[in-house]
Amino acid sequence: MNRIDVMYFAWVRERIGLPKESRFTEAATVNELVDELRGQGPEYVLAFSDLSSIRVAVDQELVNLESEISNGNEVAFFPLMTGG
Amino acid sequence: MTVSIQENPFDVGVELNKFSPKIPDVGAVVSFTGIVRSETEDPIDRLVIEHYPKMTERAIQEMIISAQKRWNIGDCLIIHRFGELFPSESIMMVAVQSRHRFEAFEAARFLMDYLKSRAPFWKKEFRGKKGRWVEGKAEDEAEFQKWNCK
Repeated sequence: MNRIDVMYFAWVRERIGLPKESRFTEAATVNELVDELRGQGPEYVLAFSDLSSIRVAVDQELVNLESEISNGNEVAFFPLMTGG
Repeated sequence: MTVSIQENPFDVGVELNKFSPKIPDVGAVVSFTGIVRSETEDPIDRLVIEHYPKMTERAIQEMIISAQKRWNIGDCLIIHRFGELFPSESIMMVAVQSRHRFEAFEAARFLMDYLKSRAPFWKKEFRGKKGRWVEGKAEDEAEFQKWNCK
């Protein structure tokens, strides 16, 4: 079991209803973590309904959904960025 | 380099004066300022910008290092605000020093394209109490892809 911190920003945060949570997970990749989160309830299903509109960072570096995760990682989910 | 992620407003003129070159071989400074826009047909009351504090500053520093590797440029400045902003306020600015104008224009454009599609900021527009997240644009991603970054 790995312990990871999961963070949500912008409409991902609003749909899920919280900015951050700590989880114990068997997920070895971001994709597996998303599948696991979808099992947590309809708010998660809604937030992760269209993965093409979501970006992921592991330890503050942008990664893709196939990326591996490990104990102590901070995994952040957020929409396409709109700064500037 | 100077990177500032801040809630407070900034004065573009003051910042550009502070950024004036301290060494004689700089022949050009190019700057860009992003401003809160409110369309006449569909005006907004305010904008709220959220960001990912642990990631933002480092991501922008990496963008500047990447620009400095690509072009023969000198010092770079990026300021970006978060929190509540109102129409016509400055959201952010980029400034680049170089020997000649070409590198400074190119690098400033690169930094803007990079920042728009890779810096973790999200804008929410408010009309009265009704908020709407600004959607990421495919064109912004396309502009960034033209630079052949990872």
